[in-house]
Amino acid sequence: MGEILDFIIAKSNYWSYVVLMMIGLYAMISRQNYVRKIIGMSIFQTAVILFYVSTAVKEKAVIPIIAHGHGEEANAAIEASQYINPLPHVLMLTAIVVGVATLGVALSLAIRVYQKYGTLEENEINDMIREQ
Amino acid sequence: MNWQIDLITLLLVIICGIGAISVKDLLGASILLGAYSFLMCVLWAVMGAVDVAFTEATVGAGVSTVICVAAVFQTTRRAKN
Amino acid sequence: MKKLGLLTVVVCGVLLLLKTAEFADWGDPNSPASRHLSPYFLENSIKDSAVPNVVTAVLADYRGFDTMFETTVILAAGLACFFILRVRKTEKPKSTYYRHVPTATTLRIIEGAVLPEQSKVFKRIDSVWVPFDLILATTCKAIIPFIQIFALYVIAHGHHSPGGGFQGGVVLGASIILMAISRNLGAAIAHLKEKTTVLMAMIGVFIYAGTGAFAALAGKNFLDYSTLATVLGVDEIMARSHGILIVETGVAIAVMAVMVWIYYNLSSAGKQDEGL
Repeated sequence: MGEILDFIIAKSNYWSYVVLMMIGLYAMISRQNYVRKIIGMSIFQTAVILFYVSTAVKEKAVIPIIAHGHGEEANAAIEASQYINPLPHVLMLTAIVVGVATLGVALSLAIRVYQKYGTLEENEINDMIREQ
Repeated sequence: MNWQIDLITLLLVIICGIGAISVKDLLGASILLGAYSFLMCVLWAVMGAVDVAFTEATVGAGVSTVICVAAVFQTTRRAKN
Repeated sequence: MKKLGLLTVVVCGVLLLLKTAEFADWGDPNSPASRHLSPYFLENSIKDSAVPNVVTAVLADYRGFDTMFETTVILAAGLACFFILRVRKTEKPKSTYYRHVPTATTLRIIEGAVLPEQSKVFKRIDSVWVPFDLILATTCKAIIPFIQIFALYVIAHGHHSPGGGFQGGVVLGASIILMAISRNLGAAIAHLKEKTTVLMAMIGVFIYAGTGAFAALAGKNFLDYSTLATVLGVDEIMARSHGILIVETGVAIAVMAVMVWIYYNLSSAGKQDEGL
C-alpha cells in the first residue's frame, strides 16, 4: 500500500500536467470561437512551462539564491545539491514574457477578424468566405 | 514540499482551466484565465521557482488578463457553442 | 469535429500518461536535468560575477544571447500589433463628452461647438458612459507612484532577490496601464505618448545589443561584460555584475514600453482615441 501511495505522490504531478495540456489542446481543436482558442493556447503553454519548472525541483533544497557572506564565509564551498536547479527557471522566465507578447499579437489578429467579418465564430467565417 | 497543498492547488488549477474553456461568457473566461495564472504562480512559488512565480504574477495574472479583457471589450462578449 | 477532437485528445493524453512512468522521480536531485549544466552555474556564479541570484546571473550573463533575442522577439510582437491594428485618424468624432468637475455633470459637445481642451474645470471623458468614481480615481492616483518605485527597486535589486528586468519592466508598464484604466486612455497617452513608447522599446533593445557590441569592439567576445572593467574602473568580476545591471535596465525599458504599446493598440482597436 505504501509503495502505491509513494508512486502516486511521485507521479501525480506529471499526470495533472498531462491533463492541463490536454484541456488546452481540446480547446484549440474543438472550440469555434477564436478568443477561446487563444485561451486554450495560453493554457497549453502554461502546462509546458509547469512541466519544465517541475523538472528543476530537488528535495531538501532551497531557492537558487546563494547564501553569501564576507571574509571567512565568502570562501565556503557551494554544494550544488543544496540549491534548486536554476536553468529551467531561466528558460521559462523568458518564455512567459514572450508568451504574453504573442498573446497580444493573437488577440490583435482576432480583433482584426472581428472588424472584417463581424463575428469570431470560425464556422460562420468559413461560410462567409465560401459564399464570396 | 507539502504534497497535500500541492494536490489541492493542482485540482483548483485544473478546475479553473476547464472553466476558462467552457464558460459561454468571454469576459468570464478571461477572468478565469487570470485566476488560473495566479494559482499557477502559487504552484511555482511552492516549487521554489520564485523568479518564475514573480514573473507569472505580474505578466500572467496582471497584464495578460488586462489584454484579454481589452480584446473582449473591442469584439464581443458572447460565444456560441 | 467535437468527437474527433475528443478522440485525438484522449489518445494523445493516454500516450503521454504512459510516458510519465519513465520520468525521473519527483524531486530527485540526480535527475538528468540537474546533473549536467546547472551545477556549474550554481558553483561559479559568485566567483564569476558576484551575483548571488543564480537565475539573474544565468539570464543576463551565461545565456545573454538568449535573453537578447527574447527582447527582440518582444519588440517584434509590439511592431506586429502596431502594423495589424493601427489606423490613421481620419474622421473626428461627431460629438465629444466632457465632465464638469465641480458639479459632476456630463456635457455633450456636438460638432462645431468649441470647448477649451486644456481647461481644468472640464475633463474629456469617453463616449461609453462610465460613472465617475472618486474612490477609484483617488486610490489609483495615490498608488501609482509607489508601484513605480517598487518596480525600480525590483530592477535594481535583481542581483540579490527575485526580480530583474523582465519583472520590473512589466510592473512599470502595469502602472501606466492602471492609469489608463482608472482614468481614461487619453490621460495615459498624455503622460506617455505612443511615439515615446516606440522610441523606448528601440532604446531598450539598443542598450542590450550595444553593450554586446561594445565588448566585441573592445576585442573580446560579444556580450563579455568584463570589457567594461576599464570603463567603469572596477575589477572584472564587478564589471560583470554591473554589466548585468546595464542589460537588465535595457530589458526593463523595452518590456515596459512594449507592454504599454500593445495595450494602447489593443484597448482602442488601433484608433487610440478612447478605450477600455
